[in-house]
Amino acid sequence: MDLANYQCSGLFDEMFTQNGECRAHYQVFEKLLKKTAPRKLKQLQFSANKTQMSMGMTFNVYDNDQGLEKILHLDIIPRIIPKSEWLQLEAGLKQRVNALNHFIQDIYNEQAILKDGIVPEDLITNSKDFLAPCIGLTPPKGIWCHITGTDLIKDKSGEYFVLEDNLRCPSGVSYMLESREIIKRAFPDILDKTGVMPVSNYPVRLLQMLQNLSNKEKPVVGVLTPGIYNSAYYEHSYLALQMGVELVTGEDLVVQNNKVYMQTTHGYQQIDVIYRRIDDTFLDPNIFNPNSLLGVPGIFEAYKAGNIALANAPGTGVADDKAVYAYVPDIIKYYLNQEPILNNVPTYLCRRPDERQYVLDNIAELVIKETNAAGGYGMLIGPKSTPEEHEKFKKLILSNPNNYIAQPTLSLSTVPTLTENTIECRHVDLRPYILYGEEIDVVPGALTRVALKKGSLVVNSSQGGGSKDTWVLYK
Amino acid sequence: MLSRVANSIYWLGRYLERAENYARFIDVNFNLMLDLPPDLKTQWEPLVFATGDHESYSGRYEEYDKKSVIHFLTLDTSNPNSIISSITYARENARIVRENLSKETWEKINELYHFIKKATPRKIWDKEDPRSFFDKIKNQIQLLYGLTESTVARTEGWYWKQLGMYLERADKTSRILDVKYHMLLPTPEEVGSPLDFLHWTALLKSVTGFNTYRRIHGKIQANGVVDFLIFSRRFPRSIYFCLKEAEDCLHMISGSKDNEFHNKAEKAIGALRSKLGFSEVSDIIGIGLHESIDDLQQKINNISDEIQSIFFQINKDYNIQQQQQE
Repeated sequence: MDLANYQCSGLFDEMFTQNGECRAHYQVFEKLLKKTAPRKLKQLQFSANKTQMSMGMTFNVYDNDQGLEKILHLDIIPRIIPKSEWLQLEAGLKQRVNALNHFIQDIYNEQAILKDGIVPEDLITNSKDFLAPCIGLTPPKGIWCHITGTDLIKDKSGEYFVLEDNLRCPSGVSYMLESREIIKRAFPDILDKTGVMPVSNYPVRLLQMLQNLSNKEKPVVGVLTPGIYNSAYYEHSYLALQMGVELVTGEDLVVQNNKVYMQTTHGYQQIDVIYRRIDDTFLDPNIFNPNSLLGVPGIFEAYKAGNIALANAPGTGVADDKAVYAYVPDIIKYYLNQEPILNNVPTYLCRRPDERQYVLDNIAELVIKETNAAGGYGMLIGPKSTPEEHEKFKKLILSNPNNYIAQPTLSLSTVPTLTENTIECRHVDLRPYILYGEEIDVVPGALTRVALKKGSLVVNSSQGGGSKDTWVLYK
Repeated sequence: MLSRVANSIYWLGRYLERAENYARFIDVNFNLMLDLPPDLKTQWEPLVFATGDHESYSGRYEEYDKKSVIHFLTLDTSNPNSIISSITYARENARIVRENLSKETWEKINELYHFIKKATPRKIWDKEDPRSFFDKIKNQIQLLYGLTESTVARTEGWYWKQLGMYLERADKTSRILDVKYHMLLPTPEEVGSPLDFLHWTALLKSVTGFNTYRRIHGKIQANGVVDFLIFSRRFPRSIYFCLKEAEDCLHMISGSKDNEFHNKAEKAIGALRSKLGFSEVSDIIGIGLHESIDDLQQKINNISDEIQSIFFQINKDYNIQQQQQE
């Protein structure tokens, strides 16, 4: 495939510099790409799609009865990260997760950071993700955010910025793992030649992290799923399979004497650690949402009694709020007395009158987000929207300013991506996975999401996004 | 093993076996078509009667012609027992218990599902000779059996799958035998005639038992075939064989020894298996073939109901209890 016509003017491209030179860490791959015929690349892409389908590597799209199961398109051209860049990223992520864990422990207990006026008290106590039942609680080993999937992007300068912290059961890690297997089949020798760090021991590390939460010698671990109609069901069953633990649903579990049991063909069996993939408020109908059929009545009391560990701990979502996000640099300084290693995107809080006015005046230049929505919903990208949409969001902001934040439009970096007939640049983000067990551990890999539409900045799978395998190099 | 998981694996076993046996039902007629004298038409009605779904059929189809019957048994999604329904349910159950399946097993079930999904737009039932399609279904399921045989550990899940498979097969073999009852000979004098012989041959071929039967019994005749398909201790599709295997599976699950029982399901299956073990063809013919088969099917259903309530419905009882206490 000839790459002479590849253009990505004005943006930061992960593979090529502005002068069109291939960056050092992509050179082995460039050679391979140059000698592979376009027809052959298409074939490889076709068989990658087919493999995903037969693996059942599918997700369910909400509000779409027709194609209930879809694959997340995996573009076969990888995103490559050199070692030096990764080390910086790794240090920054560990620092961030460490600080956020301190923060959550603090706000549910002493609330020192609120008393010291670093973070406004009402921002926390009025947040719908601040769970009153968690007040005064310290989870096993003091760990709240066991699994974090931080979203990052690179701007024009090539610097990383954190977009979101995703502290409540982030999904996508199964794609990181399975994509690697598929890409290995597509390009058998190249990973070796390029020196790519393996990701395949993630399930073992995840299991160790979960087992660490119990003091029993052989704790019984399970993954709690809402069931096969959940969009991430593939991942839930995949992780249970890879860890060799039970995949349970709410109806499999009962609580007796503050202990949690699985209902088996041979009676009740106690379970000690649950990696739960259902939302906080669905966990226990006795404490939270009384209409929840997905949860387990009484599990929260068992949790408080220390008889079951839950990962992530209920209540972590409060630190994941997009308004709290703006304070993360201050949070890092407050608890760790360190300068933040990773950049935060400048964030305007519409709750503050002066910043709100700035947002209203400059809405056409900004990205507006709801403070607690996910998946690219409830979002306005100013430069890509019509004046009518701007007006609509102005009204929304004015009617509920606390619910909105704004950020400058960032130009996401690009990676060459296979299109119908050629290779073009497409925007990407990055989601590495951080495990907090005996220590904080970042898996050398990530989910790279790619906006498949030309020029689009929305990488969410629900809105036309795909994925790429992410290679972190040994050197 | 989780009750919910055991339940799904059991039904996975049943649905896969059901799909395969429906392909075999249809085979009976394709086998016949090749050999029938030109003036006799193939009868499609008996296939529907043998499945027990004739009421659902007559509500929606006008005649018992080849295309309609094939469509009903194969790709009719409103027939809960059609091949497409069975494979869809099998895959649904496999998805539920995916973490308990080997990777290859899951991928093959998934491929089979996508294969049958594509058969609807291809209008399989309209084809003059769609046998290659049914062969593919059977082969895919046999491939799955082979894969599980050599990749799945003999833990509880394995026995649930085998239990479902053998109970379903016992039921379906009885139904294949029942096809013969519904297939009419032009006159009663034709019992033992070449046409009668053709019917029995087609039946044996559809269960892949023709050559084995020949070796064991030699001459094709009613008593021999009934003996073979109900009582054979060796043939893996005979009703006795299937019940014995199913009983062993239940014992492996509960830890009971041979000739013991610890629950109603084991009692029911043990009673039926030993009754068959001490019966012979004349007992069956004495009561009537169709009547005996009906009775067998009811007893097999009863065993399945017992299994359901002993092992899978713990949760329901718990919920009722909980409601009563509040």
